[in-house]
Amino acid sequence: MATLSPSVTIHDPLTGRGGRGGDPPTIHGGGNNNGGSGSPDFFRRLRRARVGFFILAVWVSMLFISFTSAYVVRKDLPSLNQITNQLGKDWIPVDLPVAMLLVNTALLLGSSVTMELARRKVAQQMALAPVGAIPGIAIGREKTNLWLGVTAALGAIFIVGQWLVWQELKNRGFYVASNPSSSFLYVLTATHAIHLMGGIVALIYAVSASLLRKSIESRRIVIEIASWYWHFMAALWIYVFALLAFVR
Amino acid sequence: MVAQEAHGHGAPQGFIRKYIFSLDHKVIGIQYYFLALSAVFVGMLLSVLMRIHMVWPTATIPFFGDIKPETYVMLVTMHGTIMVFFVLTTAPQGGFGNYFLPIQIGAPDMAFPVLNMLSFWTTFVSFMVMLAAFFVTGGAPNHGWTGYAPLSAVPSAAPGEGLGADLWIISIAIFCLASLMGALNFITTILDLRAKGMTLMRMPLTCWSWFITAILGLLAFGVLLSAGILLLLDRNVGTSFFVPGGLSFTGRLAVPPGGLSSSTTLITHNGGSPLLWQHLFWFFGHPEVYIAILPGMGVASQLLSTFARKPIFGYKAMVYAIMGIGVLGFVVWGHHMFMSGMSPYTAFSFSIMTMAIGVPSAIKTFNWLGTLYKSRIRLQTPMLYAIGFVSLFVSGGLSGPFLAQPVLDIPLHDTAFVPAHFHLIMGVAAIFGMFAGTYYWFPKMFGRMMNERLGQIHCILTLIGTYAIFMPMHWLGMAAQPRRYSQFTELQYLQKLLPMNEFITYAAIITVLVQFIFVINFFWSLFKGPKASDNPWEATTLEWTTATPPPHDNFGGKTPVVNHGPYEYSVPGAPKDYVMQTDPVTVAAH
Repeated sequence: MATLSPSVTIHDPLTGRGGRGGDPPTIHGGGNNNGGSGSPDFFRRLRRARVGFFILAVWVSMLFISFTSAYVVRKDLPSLNQITNQLGKDWIPVDLPVAMLLVNTALLLGSSVTMELARRKVAQQMALAPVGAIPGIAIGREKTNLWLGVTAALGAIFIVGQWLVWQELKNRGFYVASNPSSSFLYVLTATHAIHLMGGIVALIYAVSASLLRKSIESRRIVIEIASWYWHFMAALWIYVFALLAFVR
Repeated sequence: MVAQEAHGHGAPQGFIRKYIFSLDHKVIGIQYYFLALSAVFVGMLLSVLMRIHMVWPTATIPFFGDIKPETYVMLVTMHGTIMVFFVLTTAPQGGFGNYFLPIQIGAPDMAFPVLNMLSFWTTFVSFMVMLAAFFVTGGAPNHGWTGYAPLSAVPSAAPGEGLGADLWIISIAIFCLASLMGALNFITTILDLRAKGMTLMRMPLTCWSWFITAILGLLAFGVLLSAGILLLLDRNVGTSFFVPGGLSFTGRLAVPPGGLSSSTTLITHNGGSPLLWQHLFWFFGHPEVYIAILPGMGVASQLLSTFARKPIFGYKAMVYAIMGIGVLGFVVWGHHMFMSGMSPYTAFSFSIMTMAIGVPSAIKTFNWLGTLYKSRIRLQTPMLYAIGFVSLFVSGGLSGPFLAQPVLDIPLHDTAFVPAHFHLIMGVAAIFGMFAGTYYWFPKMFGRMMNERLGQIHCILTLIGTYAIFMPMHWLGMAAQPRRYSQFTELQYLQKLLPMNEFITYAAIITVLVQFIFVINFFWSLFKGPKASDNPWEATTLEWTTATPPPHDNFGGKTPVVNHGPYEYSVPGAPKDYVMQTDPVTVAAH
C-alpha cells in the first residue's frame, strides 16, 4: 500500500468518533468483491475474524464451565477419612492472599483499558491512512502503537503477580496436592494464565505486524480480535477470582 | 491479487506447499482421509487380534507373540481410541467435511486456511503420540477408550498405566486442540462464506450435519480437555480429583508419585471421585457418538435423494431432527452411568431424555424411507452403501431403547450386548457413511470413477459380514458374556457360547479380508479408473457444477449464485429430471 498513485480511495468514515466505528455497515451475502477497494473485503474479514473469536470464546468457556462444575461438585463431596474411617468433608478453604489478588486484578483491568486505547489508536490510524497516502501530506510516523506494548507488559506483570500469589500460597502450606481446594485453585489460575499468555503472544504478533509493514487493515483486524480476547480474559479472571473467593 | 483477496492465498507451486503443508481445503481433506484410512487399518488389525484371543487365548500370533490378559485390554483400549478419535471423528468431518463443505456452499476455501492446515497437522501429531504408546515400557494403556478412573489415574495400577497412559492422555489433549481449530473453521465458514442465494435452508443436508457436528465438537471437546488435565495432574502431581482414599491395587496402597513426600499435607490420595471422571467424560462422550454418526446421516440423506431421483422427504424436518439430536445429545450422558449408583429419579430422567432421541432418529429414518418410497432407484455402489447405512442405523438403533432403560441396562451393562449396539449404530453405520461418501465423491476428488462391480461385491459382503459379527453379539450379551474380559474360555458358564464366539471371529477375519477389495478398488481406480465427467451421478449440489477435480479456488474465479434448493429431482415441467442449484430460475421453484 501507500503508493504514489494519485487515485486514492477514501475509506468509509466510520472512525470519526474516536474509533467507535467498527461494525460492518451491511452484510453482503457474497459476490461483489472485485471492486479493487479493500474496504468491503476488510469488513468481511473483520466479521469473519469476530465469528472465529466468538467460537474460540465458547470453547474456552466450556473448559472453565467444566472446571467449575467439577469444583462445585467436589467441594461438597463427602469422603472417607482413613484415620477415623468415617465419611466427612475434606475440603479445606484456601487462605487466599486477597490483597495480592486485588492488586493483580487492578493490573489486569488496567491492561484492559490500555488495550482499548490501542484498539482506538489503530482505528484512528486506519481512518487517517488514506490521507497519509496522499503525496506531500505528512501526518507523522503513525506506524507504532505504544499501547500494545503497555498492554502486553501489564499482562506479563499480572502473570508475575500470579506467580507471587502461588509462592505466597506455598508459604501458607497450600501446595497443588495439599487439598482439593488448592488443587482446583492452581488448575483454574494456571489455565487462565496460560490463556492470557496466548493473548500476550497475540499482542506480540500485533506489534510485529506493524513492524513487518503489514497493511493497516490486517493490523486492525489482529488488534481488534486481540482486544476482544484480552477483555474476555479480564472478564474470565474476574469470574475465576469470584469463584475462588465466594464459593469456598 | 483479486484471487488473493477472494480466498486468502494463491495457488501454491512447490511440492511441499502444494501437498504437505497445503492451505487448500481439498488437499487437507484428502490428508485427513488418508490419515483415517491408515488409522482404520490399525484399528481393524487390533480388533482381529482381540477376536483371535477371545477364542484361542493360547495362540501365538506371528510377529506379535502371545496375547497376555494385559495385552488384551491394551488392544481393547487402543482399538476403541483409534477408531473413535482417528477414524469416526476424523474421516467424516475432517476428510469429507473439509473437502466438500466449502464447495457445497460455494466458497473458495475455508474461512481460516492456516488454521485448517494446523488442525490437520495437530491431528497427525496426536495420532503419532497415540501410536507411540504401543512402544513405551509397559505398552499402551489398559483403561479402555473411556479411561475410567481410578485405573487410569494411578500409574502403578496396571502395566500399561505408566508412560503409555500419559501418552494416551496427551494425545487426546492434542486432539482436543485440533478439534477446536476444525470446529472454528467449519462454523465460521458456514456462517460467513455461503455463496449468494445459499440460504441456510438451501444448504445440502451434508452441510447441516457438518455444521451441527462442529457445534457438538466445540461444546464437547473443551470438557474432555479439562477432564484430561485433571487426570494428568492426578497421575503426575498427586492431586486427588478422581482417586479416592485407601485405594489399593494388587495389595499396594495407591500413593502419589514420589512416594510419601513430606511437602504435601496429605500423604496419600484422598477423597477423589471416580464418578467425577465419568460425568466429565460422558458429557463429552455422548455428543462424541453423534459427532461420529451425524455426518453419516448427512451423506445418507444426500445419496438417498440423489439416487432415488426424488427430493429428500421433509427437508426441514431433517434439519430440525439433526438439531434435535444435537441438543438432546448433551443431556443424556447419565445413561452410561446407570450402574454408578445414581438416584433412580436421576436415572429415570436420563432414561426419558435418551428415549426422546428416538423421536428425531425416527423422523430421519421415516423420511429416508419416504424418500425411497415409489422412487426409481439407481442401485449404484454409493446408493447401496447409503441403504446399508439406513439398515445398520435401524438395526443398531432398535437396541438403543433397551439400554436406555435402567431396569434393562443393569443386566445388560458391560455385556457383549453393548458393543453389539454401538458397533452397529455408531461404528459400522458411520463407516458405511464413509464408504458411501468415498464411492460417491471419489470421481470429484480424484477425477476417475471407481469400479462398480468391485464396489457392489464389497458392499454386499461387508453388510453380511457386519451382521454376522454383531447380531450374534446381542445373544452373547443376553447370555451375560462380559465385555473387556480376557480369556472367556476359562469361565465355566461361557463354555457353551464358545461356538458362537468362534463364528464371530471367523466372520470378523473374513470381513477384514473383504476390505482389501475396497483398497484394491481405491488404488486401482486412482490410477486406472475411467475418467469421470463433471457430474457423473446427475446430482444437483454445487460440487457437481465445477470441474473434476475442482480448481484451486473451487469455481475457477467465478462465484456461484444459488437459485434452487439442494434436492430438486424430478421437478414437473423441468427439461431434465434434476435441477442444479445454480440453474437459472426458469421452472417454477417451490
